[in-house]
Amino acid sequence: MEVLLAVVIGTLYGGGLYLMMRRNLVQLIIGLGLLSHGANLLIFIAAGLRQGGAPIIAEGKKVFLTLPADPLPQALILTSIVISFAVTAFALVLFLRTYQEVGTNDLDEMKETDT
Amino acid sequence: MTLLPVLPIIVPLAGAVLCMLTRKSLLLQKIIAMATSFIILLVSILIMLETKDGTIAVMSVGGWKAPFGITLAIDMLSSMMLILVGLLAVGITAYSCQDLDEERMRFGFFPLMLILLMGVNGAFITGDLFNLYVWFEVLLTASFILLALGGERPQLEGSIKYVTLNLLSSALFLAGIGIFYGMAGTLNMAELAHVIQQGERGGLVTMVAVMFIMAFGIKCGMFPLYFWLPASYPTPPAAVTALFSGLLTKVGVYSLIRVFTLIFSTDPEFLHGLILVGASLTMLSGVLAAACQYDMRKILAVHIVSQIGYILMGLGLFTRLALTGAIVYLMHVIIVKTNLFLIAGAVKRIKGTTDLHKLGGLYKERPGLSILFILSAMSLAGIPPLSGFFAKLTLIISGLQVESWWIVVTALGVSLLTLYSMTKIWAYVFWKPAPEPLPDVNPMSQGQWMLFLLPIIGFSVIIVAISVFAGPIFEFADVAAGQLMNPQGYMDAVLGGRQ
Amino acid sequence: MTSIILRTATLYMFPPLILFSVYLLLRGHHYPGGGFVGGLMGGAAFALYSLAFNVAAARKLLRFDPRDIAAVGLAISLLSGLPALFSGEVFLTGTWWKIPLGNGNYFDLGTPFIFDIGVYLVVLGVLLTLVFSLGEEE
Repeated sequence: MEVLLAVVIGTLYGGGLYLMMRRNLVQLIIGLGLLSHGANLLIFIAAGLRQGGAPIIAEGKKVFLTLPADPLPQALILTSIVISFAVTAFALVLFLRTYQEVGTNDLDEMKETDT
Repeated sequence: MTLLPVLPIIVPLAGAVLCMLTRKSLLLQKIIAMATSFIILLVSILIMLETKDGTIAVMSVGGWKAPFGITLAIDMLSSMMLILVGLLAVGITAYSCQDLDEERMRFGFFPLMLILLMGVNGAFITGDLFNLYVWFEVLLTASFILLALGGERPQLEGSIKYVTLNLLSSALFLAGIGIFYGMAGTLNMAELAHVIQQGERGGLVTMVAVMFIMAFGIKCGMFPLYFWLPASYPTPPAAVTALFSGLLTKVGVYSLIRVFTLIFSTDPEFLHGLILVGASLTMLSGVLAAACQYDMRKILAVHIVSQIGYILMGLGLFTRLALTGAIVYLMHVIIVKTNLFLIAGAVKRIKGTTDLHKLGGLYKERPGLSILFILSAMSLAGIPPLSGFFAKLTLIISGLQVESWWIVVTALGVSLLTLYSMTKIWAYVFWKPAPEPLPDVNPMSQGQWMLFLLPIIGFSVIIVAISVFAGPIFEFADVAAGQLMNPQGYMDAVLGGRQ
Repeated sequence: MTSIILRTATLYMFPPLILFSVYLLLRGHHYPGGGFVGGLMGGAAFALYSLAFNVAAARKLLRFDPRDIAAVGLAISLLSGLPALFSGEVFLTGTWWKIPLGNGNYFDLGTPFIFDIGVYLVVLGVLLTLVFSLGEEE
């Protein structure tokens, strides 16, 4: 499972970086999305994959009955998903405005500030 | 007091909420933003009083103890940075109340600025790596919108570069955090430092360290990752640029200092050596790029990069004296750079351009502004007895102490070239006669002009104060550097001597 | 868009979606759910409405400006951290009150729930600010 997920992460990073190198604004934002998915999966797998129950101690007990799964990576990923959702939504609005203002979605045409 | 350490986050948030609720009335927003800025400054001074004897104020949010919950830890460096944020908040709010156009204010400049300040404050006081990431994202999201606010073409193009590279840096940072969590099982910085001191996982730690250098390097504008900076910083209005140059890149530098003194302090030859090489190239490329620019705001923006190099030099040398120098330099450059951008904004306001070829003769027209500029510019170049001189001197002495001659030579050479750029601005904008008479685009009465200059005068007074009271400031910075060089104290304070 | 199928379907879908979003918010304390998902679901309902009819109609249905909703949500989340201070605890520590419902039953009202309501409103407000501003472009 780890190997499979590692390949998936590699593909996500590779695809994301490839798309970011393209000149198209839409591909750029898809690439950014893939990159953040790759990072999220990386947290998930780096923290270790194991099966376990919910980390809630049953009523009346003092310890876990079965080895629980680690809840923290999921909390971290959820937070970063929320953040990347907000940032991607903003980037979408920004890119749309830019497209309307500049009249092209070719990044090579946006050289006004490069001097 | 249980509330004090979290106030730097709560106060700007409350101010932002109030500003959002009073969207209809610009006057109310201005009053709220001004009041909030003063309260931020007040809170930071109170925190400084708590921590000035070297204690580290620690607070576990929600009562979840370290290393399980989110810890806020304020040491001397953090509280010095908080005070700078407070000063900047007051100055820039006052400036933007006068300079900013109504449309931008209506669109939510003040709430965004306060949320940005919340993010910056949060990054300065957090003791948890993931929390640092969250604050980074808070301040970045606010800065994205501030940068694009107004929607002029150069702004939008600059924003795209800024957004893309910063998102890339966030993804790198996040990946590093993930690997760290898998390795150590914690993200509390003190606990992480403890695990790494014990552990034997040299290779993986170094890899994560390099990822962090990349991530924070993009955010602070380190060589060769700074290309978004000159493209985006000169585009928004002066108040926004001043805020960004004063705080955003400095949060990146602060994070590098924090992480590379607390967590990655076990392998200084390689990691700090890498930072030192990066520092010299950052200084050099920044100052050379500035030398060929002929626009006041562009010169200043590219110069941010070279100033970052000096601070990184202090971190790369990694001695107590070098860190002291870096901290004083950080304080000095935040104030000076902000002030220079505000002055560029004032020039743009009266003449409508910042192109060096078109401007001229401002010394005759506005002697007051010229004197304020020359004060800041000379301080930036490090002319004694102004604030930059002492900081640079300390850095160079500490470079000589560890006998890295090449970095000393670079620092001195860059200093000279900084002087060249500053005198270029002085000669072109203020000294030479105007090529063709340039009428004022925004005629202001004498009273309005004085009010407009008030924040710039305030920052100039602070620059003089840093120069005059260099002794006490160095003592504070020395305490901060001592805390940084001895991470055990930080770990004990956060973990309560649990190990 | 003027699809009559979508419009009719939206009119039937809208109330269950809103109800489901509140349900997600309420069960969030012990089970999967919570303010964020609930807010997204509620936002999706209004976004669907704005697609089927138009943004102006969705704004009218929402009654409040989405930015105000987000601000109120932020304020609620912020205030939920304060009750802990009165009992000498650290900011944001969970505090619970028992509210009697009559005939011996109690409702446990806790600050985490209040915080979640704030999150719900923030997500709803921010999402709709973005969706509406994109929708009004055309």
